[in-house]
Amino acid sequence: MRMNGAEVIAHVLAEQGVDTVFGYPGGSVLHIYDALYQHKAEITHYLTAHEQGAAHAADGYARATGKTGVVIATSGPGATNLVTGIATAYMDSVPMVAITGNVSSGLLGKDSFQEVYTMGITMPITKHNYTVQRAEDIAGVLREAFRIAGSGRKGPVLVDITKDATINECDYTPEKAFVEEKLPFTDDEEIWEILRYIGRSRRPLVCFGGGVIASEAGDVLYELLHKMQIPAVHTLMATGVLGWDDPLNLGLVGMHGSYSANKAISEADLVLAIGFRFSDRVALDTQRFAPAADIVQIDIDPSEVGKNVRIKHAVVGDIHQILSRLLPMLESASHTPWLDEIAAWKKEDYAPKSTADRLRPHQIMEIVGEKAGDDAIFATDVGQHQMWAAQYCRRTKPRSFLTSGGLGTMGYGYGAALGAQVGQPHRTVVHITGDGSFHMNLNECCTAVSYNLPVITVIFNNCVLGMVRQWQHSFYGDRFSQTTLDRKTDYVKMAEAFGAKGYRATTPAQLADAMDKALAAGGPVWIECVLDRDEMVSPMIPSGGTVDDIIFY
Amino acid sequence: MNDKKQVVSLLVDNNAGVLARISSLFARKGFNIDSLTVSATDDESVSRITITTSGEEHVLRQILSQTEKLWEVRCVVPLEPETSIQRELLLVKVKADEAMRHHVREAADIYKASVVDLSVDSMVVELTGKPSKIDGFLAVIGQYEVLELCRTGVTALQRGADVLGREGDA
Repeated sequence: MRMNGAEVIAHVLAEQGVDTVFGYPGGSVLHIYDALYQHKAEITHYLTAHEQGAAHAADGYARATGKTGVVIATSGPGATNLVTGIATAYMDSVPMVAITGNVSSGLLGKDSFQEVYTMGITMPITKHNYTVQRAEDIAGVLREAFRIAGSGRKGPVLVDITKDATINECDYTPEKAFVEEKLPFTDDEEIWEILRYIGRSRRPLVCFGGGVIASEAGDVLYELLHKMQIPAVHTLMATGVLGWDDPLNLGLVGMHGSYSANKAISEADLVLAIGFRFSDRVALDTQRFAPAADIVQIDIDPSEVGKNVRIKHAVVGDIHQILSRLLPMLESASHTPWLDEIAAWKKEDYAPKSTADRLRPHQIMEIVGEKAGDDAIFATDVGQHQMWAAQYCRRTKPRSFLTSGGLGTMGYGYGAALGAQVGQPHRTVVHITGDGSFHMNLNECCTAVSYNLPVITVIFNNCVLGMVRQWQHSFYGDRFSQTTLDRKTDYVKMAEAFGAKGYRATTPAQLADAMDKALAAGGPVWIECVLDRDEMVSPMIPSGGTVDDIIFY
Repeated sequence: MNDKKQVVSLLVDNNAGVLARISSLFARKGFNIDSLTVSATDDESVSRITITTSGEEHVLRQILSQTEKLWEVRCVVPLEPETSIQRELLLVKVKADEAMRHHVREAADIYKASVVDLSVDSMVVELTGKPSKIDGFLAVIGQYEVLELCRTGVTALQRGADVLGREGDA
């Protein structure tokens, strides 16, 4: 079939099973948008307020559905506005294809209007990127982009296409959508080695991270843990993989993880690290991480092996395939003395006190979690509210807690929540944010209203940049440099001005009432939750510390 | 610190920007580049890059595995001095008037270097050899007044019949 490059883009998107894209039009992508106009029956385009919101939406869509998210932006500022969103996806290994326009090939390198070297800018924050200057190269490159984004360790791929390539004509031949083929893991030598480590261990601990979600390995991990009675801790990225009430789930580990989870790491004699990259927020001191343990690592990315900590044995491959091979080879076991020890540590975990006359962070999360239900998806921004959300959100399913773990992007949450809502239209989506993060990208409320996406935004309003302030309190002698916001924003009026609904809550009863109204609203709602500025995320282990340095506020 | 010098040979897709990808990776990961050479190969779609790097054992492992992840990198092979031929070319311009010329010439002869340019008060000497040989010659020639010098960096091939990218599955 003969068609222009822009038509090829629309055809390849449809061919690759893409029915949803996020983006923002502009000069260099006029032809692409013209093609999208003509293909709107197959591909629904969601227009955001800002390209950053579109990138986060594509990311949230991908995290909530497991599919590859697609975002489109124009050259120059369109592309640079995607950068934070692409970097966010890159750090958390989220599959995404970003399509940017660029000036016509004859104008490249001449400082043309809205020209920027997109490939150079995005090189360090993509799994791979391309510049395409010929219409006939578009189909092959785009297909390759979907293949790279959605295979192995997933990640964002950017395809920069010059305007003339979208205008010129070429032949298009349809192809099948890329589907990653996962081969069974067959290297039994490697598995036996894991079995030997598990067999010798009296105090085994599984540490798992986002890789378990990426590999859809939650169920087999659950079976393994229960068959072997091995307790497990998880990273921020793996929140929701195990039920919060699962007795073997010790919960979040690392800087704001529980005492018992961190204590278990320091006392374990075997750490089985699964899709877990030993980041500096978890292995706070890489030299003293799990000092008594042999560390065995399972990861799809060979460059993660021994990157941050010294390990004894590594198996590289797809987690689901490896665990599926391992599971039937394991004999059931119990580790009662070890579990009893952990149970004793659990009694020393931080337990916040509830009140009826004001809102405390854990109460906000408990009320929101209970009202929204087990099926709800939470998307967070970054800061104290993010940690409170992780600690108290009580999620029980993978892909239901979306957060910027690696890059720590304030302003991620709203876009991500919208993307998740688009991808999961029948589920409740709650955006958990703070007054600092929310001010970064609250403009996306117009998107929620335009498409009537019933995202509930819960704002932890403590009038300060709480997490930075917490560090200033703990390590900088209460010198609160630039963290006291005290903004006069009226969230209720502002929500209404956007065409959404707004509520304000200062007590648990008011919040419960506002949540009921929000769930019945059938459209976007903001709920401002007023809380004390001296609320701290507890516990905390400072950077470079271990469980022995834990601080309870 | 047990830094080891390591020569790494890469076959990469001959695309615009492939060198930027590799140097960007080394820069952002904090890996050293002591020298880097790029050249064409017998296959016009493939370029060969030879990097001399240094670091502790676990850093070198990271360098190999991170480089291997780049989409346009076809293979990455560490080359050891015993099993590979490593060569470098040196051009050095030395201040030498008529009285000094034969001293420089003598040093050059011992190293089998050749004088490739001569002016009234300077000489340019060319030397090809292992990096250690070049270092040795530079130590000697350093006694004279070196005006400027240029080394190409290491280029290397495995000894024997093995061919990069064609041993087994690559």
